[in-house]
Amino acid sequence: MSKLRVVHYINQFFANIGGEEKADYQPELREGFVGPGMAFNQNKEFADEAEIVATVICGDSYFNENVDSALETVMGMIKSQNPDLVICGPAFNAGRYGVACGTVAAAVNKAGIPAITGMYKENPGADMFKKEVYIISTKNSAAGMRDAVKKMAPLAIKVAKGEAIGASAEEGYLPNGIRKNFFEKKRGSQRAVEMLIKKLADKEFETEYEMPSFDRVAPGEAIKDMSKAKIALVTSGGIVPKGNPDHIESSSASKYGQYDISMFTDLTAETHETAHGGYDPVYANADADRVLPVDVIKEYIEEGKIGSLHQYYYATVGNGTAVASAKKYATEIGKKLVDDHVDAVILTST
Amino acid sequence: MVKAIEAYGIPVVHIATVVPISQTVGANRIVPAIAIPHPLGNPALTHEEEKEIRKKIVNKALEALQTPVEDQTVFEWK
Amino acid sequence: MKLELGIIPISDIQFGPESKVENGTIYVNAEELKALILEDEALQSVELDIARPGESVRIMPVKDVIEPRVKVSGEGAMFPGVISKVATVGSGRTNVLRGSAVVTTGKIVGFQEGIIDMTGEGAKYTPFSQLNNLVVVCEPVDGLAKHAHEKAVRLAGLKTADYIGKLAKNIEAEEIETYETVSVKEGLQRWPDLPRVAYVLMLQSQGLLHDTYVYGVDAKQSLTTVIMPTEIMDGAILSGNCVSACDKNTTYHHLNNPVIKDLFAQHGKTLNFVGVIITNENVYLADKMRSSDWTAKLCDWLGLDGAIVSQEGFGNPDTDLIMNCKKIEAKGVKTVIITDEYAGRDGASQSLADADAAATAVVTGGNANEVIHLPKLDKVIGYPEVADIIAGGFDGSLQADGSIIAELQVITGATNEMGFNTLSAR
Repeated sequence: MSKLRVVHYINQFFANIGGEEKADYQPELREGFVGPGMAFNQNKEFADEAEIVATVICGDSYFNENVDSALETVMGMIKSQNPDLVICGPAFNAGRYGVACGTVAAAVNKAGIPAITGMYKENPGADMFKKEVYIISTKNSAAGMRDAVKKMAPLAIKVAKGEAIGASAEEGYLPNGIRKNFFEKKRGSQRAVEMLIKKLADKEFETEYEMPSFDRVAPGEAIKDMSKAKIALVTSGGIVPKGNPDHIESSSASKYGQYDISMFTDLTAETHETAHGGYDPVYANADADRVLPVDVIKEYIEEGKIGSLHQYYYATVGNGTAVASAKKYATEIGKKLVDDHVDAVILTST
Repeated sequence: MVKAIEAYGIPVVHIATVVPISQTVGANRIVPAIAIPHPLGNPALTHEEEKEIRKKIVNKALEALQTPVEDQTVFEWK
Repeated sequence: MKLELGIIPISDIQFGPESKVENGTIYVNAEELKALILEDEALQSVELDIARPGESVRIMPVKDVIEPRVKVSGEGAMFPGVISKVATVGSGRTNVLRGSAVVTTGKIVGFQEGIIDMTGEGAKYTPFSQLNNLVVVCEPVDGLAKHAHEKAVRLAGLKTADYIGKLAKNIEAEEIETYETVSVKEGLQRWPDLPRVAYVLMLQSQGLLHDTYVYGVDAKQSLTTVIMPTEIMDGAILSGNCVSACDKNTTYHHLNNPVIKDLFAQHGKTLNFVGVIITNENVYLADKMRSSDWTAKLCDWLGLDGAIVSQEGFGNPDTDLIMNCKKIEAKGVKTVIITDEYAGRDGASQSLADADAAATAVVTGGNANEVIHLPKLDKVIGYPEVADIIAGGFDGSLQADGSIIAELQVITGATNEMGFNTLSAR
C-alpha cells in the first residue's frame, strides 16, 4: 500500500527564512519536508505509514493581516497536492502562528481532508480552534519539538485513517468539550487522594473536569392580564398518560411527549403516571397533579383567573438527560408554543 | 429547558425544588417547590390541604409571570 | 478504634450437601439457605445460582451486591441494626471472604436496577465480573407493595451474606490487614505536622430505591454525623438503593470503600486520616442546605486541612455535592470531589446539573451516557426484557439476537463515585 500523502504547514521562522523581520513572507509551496517536517519523517510510527510530500510556508503577519486571501492561496497549494492528511505546526506559544495553524487546519477539515495541529494550551489559537480540530497540547517553546512530534504523529495517522480517537488525556490533544471514557492507570479514589495531597501542598494539579459557565437568556416580558392569557404546562418530571404510550425512557430521555389535556380536570392514578426514573414514583403515580397541577389550573380557568390552558402539555424525563437534548426538545416545544400563540409557560421540575 | 423556551420571548416560570440548580441553569422566574418526588403536593397532608398548598404555589407562579423582572428572581410563597 | 481484617481468598462457589468454606471454595446447601430466606413471608419463591468470572452469564436486574464477612472478635456482629443487634462495630477482627459476593436479583422493583456481565464488553466495566457470585433470585408474593418488595429483597441479600460469612468464622485468614483510627487528641500529638484530612461520604436518601441505612437508621432521617472508617468495614452502612446502577454504592462498595482504603494507605505518611463524615442527599431543599451546612461545620470543627467528598447518584444530588464543596472550601478546607458525568451520548453536553467555581479539583468516574453494546451471553439469570425500561436503557435496547445496546448507566458499579474503578473521562 502506498503511504499517506501529507502536506505540512509551517511559518517563516521554522522554515529558516527569518524571524519577525520576515513575518510578511507570502505563501510558498515547496516539495518535500522543510524544517520540523524532518522530525515527522524520522518518526518511525509516522514514516511507516505516511510521508510529507510538500510543505506550505507562510509568514505569520502576512497570514493574519490578509486572512482571507492568504487562506485561499494556502488552501489552493494544499489541495494541489491531493493530500490524505495535513499537519499544521506545532506552533507552541507563538500566538499568530497558532491562530494561522488553527485557521488552516479548520479550513482543511471543513474541506473534507483530515488535519491536526499542535500548540501550547495558552496559545490564543487553542481556545479559538480546539472545538474544531484536534490540537495536540505542546510545551510553550520549540524545545518541546520532540515531545510534540511524538504525540502528533500517532494522532495524525489515526485521524487520517479514520480510526476511533480516544479521550484527550490518552491522545494528548487539548480537551475539546467532548467527554470520552477511558481507563486510567489508577483507580479514582487513589487519583483523588493524590490530587488532594498536591492541592494541600499548593502544588499544581489537574482537575479531571473543569466547571462550566452557564449562559443566560433575557426574561420574557411580564403578562399584563392573566384573565386573558393562554398558559401552557411543560414538565421535566416525566408525567405521561397511563402506560407511557411514547415509551419515554426512565433516564436519558431520547424524546418528549405532547399530550392532550383538554378533557381532563384532574389527573388521577387511572389516567396518568410518571416515567421518571430518578425519584420515588409512588407519589406522582398516585396523583400526577403533584407534578403537573392540572386540577388547580382548570379551577382557575373556571373562576376566570386564567384565560385558558393550552390544549397540549409537553413532558420529558429530566433524569440523566443531557443538557443538549433537553435544550433541543425545549427549542422544538417553544416553537410549537409560539405557533399556537401561548402567552406564558409554567414549567415544573422534580 | 427554561432558557430554550424563554429564548422565544415567552415568559416561563420554573417551579422547582432544587432552586440552586434552577439558578445555575438560568431560569429567570423561580418558584420553590415542595420536594423532588412531589413538587406541588405533599402526601403527608389530606387531599384538601394538599390542594390548598398547590394553589398557593400556582398563585405564586401566576404572580411571577405578571411581575416584570430583570435578573433571576425567586418568588417565595412559604 | 482498631480493626483487623482477616482475608480469606475465595476462588470458587459450589452447591453441596453441607454449607462450609474449605480450601478457598464456598460450598452452599441450597435447600437450607432457601428455607432461611423464605422465612420472610413477603417472599413467594427464591432460587440460587452461581456466576463465576469469565462465564458467559448475565445477571439482571441486579439490586445489591454484598461481600460475605463475619465478626471473629470485638463488639457486635455484621450489619448491626438490621441483621444483628445494635452494637458499635469496627474493632476486633473480621473475616472477609475476598473474591466472593452475594448478588440479589428478581422481578424488577424500580427503573434503577442494573446488569452484571461475567464476560465480554460489559465485564470490563463492572468490578463484580471479577468475583465468584452467589446469585439470589427473589420473587415477592402477589400484590406486595413496592417499598415492601424492595425491603424483602434487601434483607434476603443481607441474610445470605451473613449466612455465608458465618461459615468462615473459624477459618484461619491468609493475610491480616490492620486499620486504626485514633482520637483527635492523639492524632494531633502523633502527627503534628501532617495535614488533617477527612472523608465526606454522601449517602443517597431519596425514597424508594434511593435509600441508605446507617446502623438501621434511614439516612434521610439523620443529620450529618461522624463515623469511624472501620465501622463501615463491619457493615454499619447498607445500601437500599439504586440510583442508576452505574453510580449506586452497593453494600459491597461500602464494605470495601476505596477512598477509606487509599486514605489509610497515606495515613501517618503524607496525611493524618481523621475520620469519616456521613451526610445525606435528600429531596427537600431545606434538608440539602441543612446537611451541607452541618458537613462544613464538622469539617471546620475537626480542624481539617483537606477533605475528599464522594457523591452517590446524579442530577439533584449534584447540588448537594456542590453545596458541600463550596461550604467546606469556604471554611478554608481544601476539597477534592468525586463524581461521574451525564454528558450525553455524544459527550458534548454539560456533565453536571450544578457547578461552582470552588470545585477546582474533580475526579470523574466517566460519562454514564456513553453507549455500549453488550453481546448475547449464553445464560441470563433474571429478566433480560427489563433492558428496555431500566435507567440507561431505551425502547429496543434488547436486540432480537439477545445482545443489548444501552447507555453505560445500566452496568452495576460502572461509574462508581467512590472512585472504585479506573474508568474516567476527559
